[in-house]
Order: sequence, then C-alpha cells, then structure tokens
Amino acid sequence: MLLMRSILARLVATCVTLFGAAVIVFFVIRVVPGNPIAMMLPPGATEDDIARLQALYGLDKSIFEQFVIWLGGVVQGDFGTSISLRQPVLDLVLGRLPATLELSIMALVIAVIIGGAMALTGTLRRETRTEAAIDVTGGMALSVPDFLWGLVLILLFGVLWPVFHISGRVSPSLDFDFATQFYLFESVLRLRFDVWADLVSHMFMPALALAIPLAAIIAQLLKQSLKETMHLDYVTLARTKGYPEASVITREALPNAVLPTLTLIGVQFTFLIGGTVIIERLFSYEGLGNMAIDAVINRDLPLIQGIVILFALIFTVVNLVVDMTYAALNPRLRHA
Amino acid sequence: MSFLDVENLTLRIVRGPRILRAVSLSVDQGEVRGLVGESGAGKSMIGKAILGTLPRAIEVVSGRIRLDGTDLQTLSARERRRQIGAQVALIPQDPLTALNPVRRVGPQITNRLVDILGWSKDNAQARALELLDEVHIPDPARVMRAYPHELSGGMRQRILIASAFAAEPKLIIADEPTTALDVTVQKQILRLIKNMQAKHNTALLFVTHDLGVVSKICQSLSVLYAGKVIEDTDTRRFFAGPGHAYSQALLHATPKYTDPDDSLTPVPQQVIDAVEAEVAEFDKGLGA
Ligand SMILES: Nc1ncnc2c1ncn2[C@@H]1O[C@H](COP(=O)(O)OP(=O)(O)O)[C@@H](O)[C@H]1O
Ligand SMILES: [Mg+2]
Repeated sequence: MLLMRSILARLVATCVTLFGAAVIVFFVIRVVPGNPIAMMLPPGATEDDIARLQALYGLDKSIFEQFVIWLGGVVQGDFGTSISLRQPVLDLVLGRLPATLELSIMALVIAVIIGGAMALTGTLRRETRTEAAIDVTGGMALSVPDFLWGLVLILLFGVLWPVFHISGRVSPSLDFDFATQFYLFESVLRLRFDVWADLVSHMFMPALALAIPLAAIIAQLLKQSLKETMHLDYVTLARTKGYPEASVITREALPNAVLPTLTLIGVQFTFLIGGTVIIERLFSYEGLGNMAIDAVINRDLPLIQGIVILFALIFTVVNLVVDMTYAALNPRLRHA
Repeated sequence: MSFLDVENLTLRIVRGPRILRAVSLSVDQGEVRGLVGESGAGKSMIGKAILGTLPRAIEVVSGRIRLDGTDLQTLSARERRRQIGAQVALIPQDPLTALNPVRRVGPQITNRLVDILGWSKDNAQARALELLDEVHIPDPARVMRAYPHELSGGMRQRILIASAFAAEPKLIIADEPTTALDVTVQKQILRLIKNMQAKHNTALLFVTHDLGVVSKICQSLSVLYAGKVIEDTDTRRFFAGPGHAYSQALLHATPKYTDPDDSLTPVPQQVIDAVEAEVAEFDKGLGA
C-alpha cells in the first residue's frame, strides 16, 4: 500500500519534472534569435519559399499553438522531425543514446574505482602525509573542469605519448558489423575482444576526463564518511576481534559509510552526464552530446527539444536508481 | 601467575598530560576484578590499552601488559592482534551502537570464529546458536537473521555477551556493560554476565563506577583516581573498611540498596585535595 503510494508519487513527480523541462526548453529556444528555416535555404530563396517551409514545420503558428501540437505528439511518442537531418527525432536520439550511456557509465566506473581507492587509502593512512597528498590531489582534480582535463589528456596520451585514440568512437578500419548501438556491450557479448580493445582505446580518455572531478568528489566524501565511521563502537569492537585495520575499514566501516556518499554520487553523476556534451565534442565521440551541439548550431528546434527531454528523463531515472540502491543497502529502510 | 598482568602502565596524550599513572593490576583465571573510579579516571583507557584499541592521540609511555605470561609488546602487530582476538573479548558499554546496523546479527557473532580463528561456517553457526540459547534468547535461529534495529537494547546486550563468550576467551573486559540499559534490564544483564563468567571460568575485568555492583559480583577491585590506582584490595576487606581515605569517601558516596533514602555524602574537599596532592607527588617524581 505504502509502496504503491510512493511509486505513484514518484511517477507524478517525474511527469511534472519532464513537463517543466519541456516548457522551459520549448520557450527558451524560441526566444533566442536565429531562424532554422533561414539556415536551410540557399541564398536567394523567395519569401514564398520561406513561408512554405515554415508552414511545413508548423513554425507559422503561434508559439502556444506550436507547443500544444508538439506536446500532443510527444505524449504519443512522436517527437517530430529533425529540421537539419530530416529524420524522426526519436530515431536519431535513441540511436545516439547508447553511445552516451556507455561513455557515462564507463566514466562512473572509473570514478568509483579511483575515488574509492583514494578514500580507502586515505582512511587507512589517516592523519599522515599519504592522506595529505590524497587531499591535495583531490583538490587539484576538482579545481580543473572536465573539458580541460580532456585537453590535458589529449596532449599527454594523444600527442606526447600517443597510446589512445583521441577522436571518434571506433576505428573505421575495423571489420565488424554492429547489430546494436551498444558497441562496447555487444563486443563483449560476441567475445570480440579486439573490437572491445579498440572501443576502450577510444572511450578511455573522454571517460577519464569526465571521471576525474567525480573521482575527487567521491574520494573526499567517502573518506570523510569513513573517518567518522571509524570512531563508532562496532568498528572498535571488530578491531578487538583481531581484524587488521584494512579489513576493519572494508568490512565494517565501508558498508555504512557508503550510504551518505551514494546520494551525492547520484547527483554528481547527473552533472557528469551533462559534461558529456562538451567532452563528446572535444573527442568527436558520436553521442547525444555531440548531436546536441550540432542541433543548437543548426537551430534544429525539434531535435534540441528531444535531446533535452531525454536528458531530463535520464536524470530522473538516475535519481530513482540511487534511491532504490540506498533503500536496498539500508536494512532500516528495507523493513520500514 | 595471573592470566592478565598489567605492570606500571603509563599513558599520556601525545606530548600532553598523563592519562594513566603507573597502573598495575592483575586478574586470575576465574576471578572477577572490579575497576572503579569516577568518570574520566581512565578506566576505559586501561581496557583499550589491553585490547590494543587506544585512540591515536594516546601513547604508551611505559609499562607492560602480559597475557598468560606473554608480554604483548614482544609480539608482532599481527600476532598481537590474533592473540587478543583469540584470548580476550570486550562487552561494550552501549549495545545500541556496538552492533553494525547494516549487517545481520548472526555473522556479527560468528565472524571472529570464522575469520580469525579459522572455524568452519557450520561449526561457528552451531556455536552461536548454542551461546544465544545460553544467554536466554528465545528463538535464536530467528535472531541470527535479524538486523540490530529489530531488537531491544537488552536483547542486543545479550547478543554481545554471547558473542564475547563464543570463542571461550580467557579474559573478558566489560566496560560499564549496564549503564546504557533500562534499570529493569540492568540487574538481569548483570546476573547473566556473572553466571556466564562463573560457568566458563573466565577472568573478568569489570569496569564500573557503581560500588554496589562491585559488592555483588567482584572478588577484588582496583580504585582509580586520575589514572592512578589508589587502592587494590579484595572486596570483603574493602567493604569492611577501605584503607584509603578516598575509597572510604567513595563508599560513603554510594547509595545503599538496603537504604536508598540514606542521604549521600559527596566526597569531601579535603579528601580530594589529599588525593590530588598524591597525584602531583607522583608526577613530580617522574619529572613532569
Ligand atoms: N580520544 C581521546 N583523546 C584524548 N584524550 C582522551 C581521549 N579519550 C579519552 N581521553 C581522556 O582520557 C581520560 C580517561 O578517559 P576514560 O578512560 O574514558 O575515563 P573513564 O574512567 O570514564 O572510562 C579522560 O580524562 C579523557 O578526557
Ligand atoms: Mg569509560
């Protein structure tokens, strides 16, 4: 009963969020100057041509009417047609989504591994120079935005010591037909580890650039939380049983310390997904973010709208997953 | 020789004041020794020093701790941890915070047996069930699967007692194990600890600030003031008439179970001055 109600409340909240995003993006991009039609037509097109095209895309109606028509389509799963690419927005967006998801998740995994290792080491060596060094490293990682890390990585591992690919998602020379857009996932399932290695070599630097700031945040928060937990009685009790400090940290402190960190990781992960827009551009990685920039440059209104709605949807799903994980890890909530 | 032998243990806050001043005490197998003193006297620090869980801010200046004749300092850190884990157990003060909230009760009892002492999971499980039964927990199998928040404070303290006795330790340190409990439960838990100790013939170092409790369960006691042992005697002699003026005053300050309305006399100022002077004398002797 209670569960049903909270799920319902959740769904309503999601719809409100998405509607809000829809309203904002729809009206804002129409207030900004720039005419998509003008950009499509060759110089010397007549007034007539412009009017015809505007009517074709429904741009001759009032903004409010346009909104109602668009929203009516969206509710039925029709996001309109891209003006610049002349394909259904939904197909375009869903086609690019897997690339961005794979990149974001890889970045998240890297961030959790690096940040987690820093937090655990810092806790084990707390109040020593090692902890101080970890704090300084984290501070530096945080004070530089992700796209600058991207440039640094390109210089280091793309130019000075070229070990990774700096552009694209997959080598064009690769002889492999993907059946899905989830390239990385598919290469593993089909046991083509040569393809997998090529994909990782393309994804690693953009993923790392996205991961560095998040890793620093995880390191800070998790270490703080771990250090507080280390004073608690059950941790001390475990120590008296004969566990070495490292096991005390991972076995007793970590499962509790993770909880407060988890929510913040969720929030930060949504920022990371936002960061894919510029990072994908920087590395010419064919994902949603890269497409979003093209859409903005071309004033491709339906496409921009579709991408924004999809990002908003991803954010709400991420938050939902975080909340569910939190509940699953916390027995006090599970039985409530 | 006693099982536990603490000899001239001096602790201080790193580059700061002393916390313990040449503390010596011993507990034999089967003996219950009370460790009494006001709050802040350093009772818990003695337990922590024995268990190897001193806070980082506290350092050992001098002294020796022997378990069964073995000086703990002569062991490697790893071996010391193992010896303490195998031979000593702690019954903590607050059962509400001493169990890990995200783990089930069962593994928290069996983990020492399995991870440290190398028992098989099945044996440890059976042992835990047996111990839970010994501490009068109904339906032990269900309790093993419960999370701590599903159980009352009294239940959790019983679980911690079961867990402490599970590996048949030679020494148990109980640090004010009833202060955090409801008054109605305190007596039951006290009796339980005493019964378990007698049954397993364990050495028990019982930390308390309640002389009434000492009179009930301890054979011997050490009175601590400002980290210094003021008196070390057996219980009968102590209650017949303690040797030290501070102990006498402490005894007068304790309410009697037989006559709870008996007005309490606080420790007189001149007694405190005298014992403070002793402590100062001690510190001067050490050049601090
Ligand atoms: N983490 C710590 N750092 C520094 N001093 C401490 C710490 N914990 C306790 N102390 C000091 O050590 C002294 C003894 O404390 P404790 O053994 O806990 O007293 P009690 O007899 O009440 O158990 C007190 O004066 C206390 O202020
Ligand atoms: Mg204490």
